[in-house]
Amino acid sequence: MYVAVKGGERAIDNAHGWLAEERRGDRDVAELSVAQIREQMALAVNRVMAEGSLYDPDLAALAIKQARGDLIEAIFLIRAYRTTLPRIGASRPVDTGAMRCDRRISATFKDAPGGQVLGPTFDYTHRLLDFLLEAGAEVPEAETDEADMVPKPRITEYLGRDGLIEAEADSDAEPPDMTRAPMAYPADRALRLQALTRGDEGFVLGMAYSTQRGYGRNHPFVGELRIGAVPVEMEVPELGFAIEIGEVVLTECESVNQFAGSKTEPAQFTRGYGLVFGQTERKAISMALCDRALRWEELGEENVGAPAQDAEFVLSHADNIQATGFLEHIKLPHYVDFQSELELVRKLRREAGAADAHAEAAE
Amino acid sequence: MSGGSSSAVAGVVAGPAGTTEGSSAMMDGQAEAYNFAYLDEETKRMIRRALLKAVAIPGYQVPFASREMPMPYGWGTGGVQLTAACLRPDDTLKVIDQGADDTTNAVSIRRFFQRTADVAVTERTAEATVIQTRHRIPETPLREDQILVYQVPIPEPMRFLEPRETETRKMHALEEYGLMHVKLYEDIARHGHIATSYAYPVKVEGRYVMDPSPIPKFDNPKMEMAALQLFGAGREQRIYAIPPHTRVVSLDFEDHPFEASKADQACALCGAEDSYLDEVITDDAGTRMYVCSDTDYCGTRQAAGEEAR
Repeated sequence: MYVAVKGGERAIDNAHGWLAEERRGDRDVAELSVAQIREQMALAVNRVMAEGSLYDPDLAALAIKQARGDLIEAIFLIRAYRTTLPRIGASRPVDTGAMRCDRRISATFKDAPGGQVLGPTFDYTHRLLDFLLEAGAEVPEAETDEADMVPKPRITEYLGRDGLIEAEADSDAEPPDMTRAPMAYPADRALRLQALTRGDEGFVLGMAYSTQRGYGRNHPFVGELRIGAVPVEMEVPELGFAIEIGEVVLTECESVNQFAGSKTEPAQFTRGYGLVFGQTERKAISMALCDRALRWEELGEENVGAPAQDAEFVLSHADNIQATGFLEHIKLPHYVDFQSELELVRKLRREAGAADAHAEAAE
Repeated sequence: MSGGSSSAVAGVVAGPAGTTEGSSAMMDGQAEAYNFAYLDEETKRMIRRALLKAVAIPGYQVPFASREMPMPYGWGTGGVQLTAACLRPDDTLKVIDQGADDTTNAVSIRRFFQRTADVAVTERTAEATVIQTRHRIPETPLREDQILVYQVPIPEPMRFLEPRETETRKMHALEEYGLMHVKLYEDIARHGHIATSYAYPVKVEGRYVMDPSPIPKFDNPKMEMAALQLFGAGREQRIYAIPPHTRVVSLDFEDHPFEASKADQACALCGAEDSYLDEVITDDAGTRMYVCSDTDYCGTRQAAGEEAR
């Protein structure tokens, strides 16, 4: 009778019906299958897996279809599904040095042992719209060759041998998990890396870019970027040894950064690290730059007040599911709080008006 | 927990647990694949532990490993997780938003629990054992056997004065609330009044300063009640509580005492003069009417009024 938002139940049902209709689109156009999305929108699928923190290309493709191509909405669907999955155990750390590389490049060494592999990259394409794709032209099969089977050790290992780059401390400590424990600050590096790898690609990219433009500059080179499949092994208590349970495709980026040295340590290079599900190299490089910027304290660098150096700022705003939810909640009715503000403002205005009248009378 | 009928008891499982049957088992319409009240029992136990701590230290924000829920952050995920951890199959649930049962998000959350927990639902405050709310406390006084669950957007009362969690945690630990008093004082100096009309800060049992969630300050005095009050902030990963009959004092000054304010009108529908009112614009000329924001309170009074006639 008096408020437009009444009748919520029926409105919600109708909205859902309309949404389903819009999702399907023009019924004269063939419906998109989940397999088509998985195969032909693979980079979108990768992003949804990475930020959804769940490696399952089929589910990610389904989420993209259900979300009408809104990737943050798809990530949300995957996250909500992931919450309900029981944990049956943890894998052993994956060995990215033994990766079956589809792509492997180094910007620091021209002739990297194991060779440079460009792989399926956009890098040297000219960004010209290809109208043949629209016309549905047959895609010629690419030439193939046997895998070279040449070991491709990590580039930074070569620098490490001469002590030119900081050594990573080995640790068998169980890393923290921000999806099972509340975030606490200061956050150690493992926790920061977890937050970054599932963080919003655009946000992490923007933060990394800001360091390049001078807000906490850290002089990065891409020491190595590699993309490929690694086996996942798990120790099964009943067996007493590790077995391979599957494979995941990962993108790993190690940045090599300058470090002038200090009183106690001679000059050497330092590292930033990025590791992301799927072929997601923009994200992995961004992550490495952000990681390096957040390490200012442990490396004894100056905090210049740059946003990318501020762990609490970066980590608490990197998650796009938290961000989009809170941002969009202001669509919900707020008329109770608004009403109380309205009464306060009226009261203050009334008193101000009375004071003015009083002042005029006194003149 | 207090001895209410809805107090958290571990190990209540109605639906089949486990969702390992592969990707297709979770399609829409297959709520039976989920545990009772959606969350798995491990998660409920984690939340109940945080709740016990919250009840033991009234007003203290307990960090908890908030889960990703199937509704967006900022839309009541904290409250939903608390309700899920408290619900038992024989509970009766009421969900309100802005005081009303039929606002869209209240409908959505109520449906969620109907689907995942199959509990009885009601719009009657007196009949509910668990009430989840956003932005209001019901007008009908609550009893000892009821639980009031609040949805909280920003649990930290000093967040807009100090954005860093590391700092505000320190301030709470040291009971250093000067900043808050300065803010209230500056309001008075500038406006002649404390310019906070909702989410008005309170001090709980003489120790922790607490954000009561964005309820109008009209509701603040009701927080000294018989029911257990639980506050859940999902995105911010915090839980806090006010046990029954706990002292809750709205911050003020001797010469500027706290005042619970509302529109100076009576409800146009039920005539109540003691309830919080929404202002409704009824035509293009800006004609206004005032009606109860608590729809159950208003409806019950209207029904009683008609009977008396």
